[in-house]
Amino acid sequence: MISTTSLRLAALSTVTLAFAATGGSAFAQKKYDTGVTDTEIKIGNIIPYSGPASAYGIIGKIEEAYFKMINDQGGINGRKINFITYDDAYSPPKAVEQARKLVESDEVLFVFGPLGTPSNTAIQKYMNAKKIPQLFVATGATKFGDYKAFPWTMGWQPAYQSEGRIFAKYALTEKPNGKIGVLYQNDDLGKDLLKGLKDGLGDKASMIIAEESYEVSEPTIENHLVKLKATGADILVSISTPKFAAQAIKKVGELGWKPMFFQSNVGSSVASVMRPAGLENSQGVLSLAYAKDASDAQWDTDDGMKKYLDFVAKYAPTANRADSSAIYGYGQAQTVVQVLKQAGDNLTRENIMKQAASLKDFAPDTMLPGVKINTSATDFYPIEQLRMMRFTGEKWDVFGPPIDSNLGG
Amino acid sequence: MSTVQEVVTEAPVIEDAIPKKAMALGPVASLVILALLIATPLFVKNFIIFQMTMWLIYAIAVLALNILTGASGQFSLGQSAFYALGAYTSAILMEHGDINYVLTLPVAGLICFIAGFLFGLPALRLSGIYLALATFALATAMPQLLKLGVFEHWTGGVQGLVVTKPDAPAILASLGLKVSQDMWLYYFTLAVSILIYIFSVNLLRSRSGRAMMAIRDNEIAASAMGVDVSLYKTLAFGVSAGITGVAGGLGAIAVQFVAPDGYTIQLAVALFLGMVVGGVGWLPGSLAGAAFIVFVPNIAESVSKGLSGAVFGVILILIIFLVPHGARQIAYGAQGLIGKLRRN
Repeated sequence: MISTTSLRLAALSTVTLAFAATGGSAFAQKKYDTGVTDTEIKIGNIIPYSGPASAYGIIGKIEEAYFKMINDQGGINGRKINFITYDDAYSPPKAVEQARKLVESDEVLFVFGPLGTPSNTAIQKYMNAKKIPQLFVATGATKFGDYKAFPWTMGWQPAYQSEGRIFAKYALTEKPNGKIGVLYQNDDLGKDLLKGLKDGLGDKASMIIAEESYEVSEPTIENHLVKLKATGADILVSISTPKFAAQAIKKVGELGWKPMFFQSNVGSSVASVMRPAGLENSQGVLSLAYAKDASDAQWDTDDGMKKYLDFVAKYAPTANRADSSAIYGYGQAQTVVQVLKQAGDNLTRENIMKQAASLKDFAPDTMLPGVKINTSATDFYPIEQLRMMRFTGEKWDVFGPPIDSNLGG
Repeated sequence: MSTVQEVVTEAPVIEDAIPKKAMALGPVASLVILALLIATPLFVKNFIIFQMTMWLIYAIAVLALNILTGASGQFSLGQSAFYALGAYTSAILMEHGDINYVLTLPVAGLICFIAGFLFGLPALRLSGIYLALATFALATAMPQLLKLGVFEHWTGGVQGLVVTKPDAPAILASLGLKVSQDMWLYYFTLAVSILIYIFSVNLLRSRSGRAMMAIRDNEIAASAMGVDVSLYKTLAFGVSAGITGVAGGLGAIAVQFVAPDGYTIQLAVALFLGMVVGGVGWLPGSLAGAAFIVFVPNIAESVSKGLSGAVFGVILILIIFLVPHGARQIAYGAQGLIGKLRRN
């Protein structure tokens, strides 16, 4: 008996060693965790389809459509994706309930793209305690790239702080003696981006001479801009979502104020911000971007964009193709498909995280030229590159090389 | 005021068949429900236990609103504010004060009682829809107050506060019982719910309860009989807020997280819905009402993702149309039916 056991042990350790030697690429044997079979991979998702943030529901719909396209093309390594998406109405308690439902009742392999800082914070501890990947969360809060404390959580879009830092660099070189006035939305977006801006300015944080915050419930934010102009600031940083971004750009134009105007990425859509604000007011506004804007005519002939447009026409004909959330969902879904391709037949939760942390120069169709996704075991911020752009005529002109904020190591 | 009166006094014929005092269930029905509540978690997954915990927590909050509206006849769309206050009190005490979670609940209840009592004072001047609007303002203001920079050190501002989930007491493990965190929290919540339920039933059967109901039925007559109208109206507000606060504290512990976005006006509306569906003024209906707000959205979502709100609305309209007095009507109907069968 003893000899058989030890023989078995020896055999087992040899196999383990052999596995260890082959590394992460090719696996002779299939390894599955809960949620995977030879024909299916179950992926969970939580998106606000109802409630105050229901405008983001389109992300979930586009992702569902994208996986349908992948399944129609034969799936990934012969496995179809079973995408289970639930509504949390942007309420943290509901998000916890849905996350637990996905993990304990539907038994998904991992949860992909849950949306919103509050909802993700609410489920983060649970996901990490259960050792289930909380992959590519749909929020730019910087705290979701903390690979040490939360090794099962990874972001996707550029962290809001990256944006602040990059613009700080730009301001320091272009206008080192400028006086900065900041308008920000009083939530995690506003505060995080502002922190990045201050960190980026470093010793010269005193360049910021005024900060004005607004609540999303305010009908108009014009009075804040009048105040900011009165402070004599010559650089205006507007950290705002589309409706308020348009109001700000328009008001600055009406006031005849000509500051160096920086608009945060979330409020830079041509269709929902720049045109409503008035093209004459929008000239010269600066912003940062990582993805292409489908309402911007310059990308109509772009190969990646053509693929995206074909996809929307065929799989999501009712969606607004110019919606930046649709582009977002497409890019995010494409990234997770890349992770699954890399994982091959080793579909364990551990390997999913390992592959998600081994993306090298991956460029989804909808990214700006030159922007690439890179991750490592010590870098849980997938998209870190942004490009400066200036609004000219009827479109954004991208200038300068992709800039890296180096948040992750 | 008048609208509530209509809702409550216009009770259907069946009301004559049962004793007037019956705001609670009979002993047999209570025991059956209690036995079910105790036994079910032993057979289901942790996730279902978690859902049941949330169900009980919302039931406590609906019950609190039921005391306010059903017994004293005052409207409130601001219960989410007291729920939030209770949740933050528990969370801050646990995370910043290192105080045991059990002890945070009475504190949460007390703070909310005081807040509710104080809010009840100016609310005295308002009644009916005006009171509803005033409390509505409270509910919309709360999330913003929680975001204020002044309190950020304590509340975590927009980022919220993560709460550590309590383990089952070590004594259970030493007795050889394996109790998961979820199961422990469920039984703990159940115990709190039973305490609050017994307290509420007794409160409504007491002098104070009768005074509140007298005010609800006719304020002038009540004051002519010597009832201190303003005292009992504010007291009802205080008690209701206090119980809601305890529910909020339990909610924070169960969800392990508090953030301003968790306590919006939607929560207040949901609690109001729960009360109407459960039956205004009928305390056991709180369980049915809470079940409605916890489970029906999931059913609606499984019918249609894009139209979940519409499906939810249709279900709600059907319920209001078919059983306007909510779960109470069904329960009374069943009771009448059983009675008839017995007589035959």
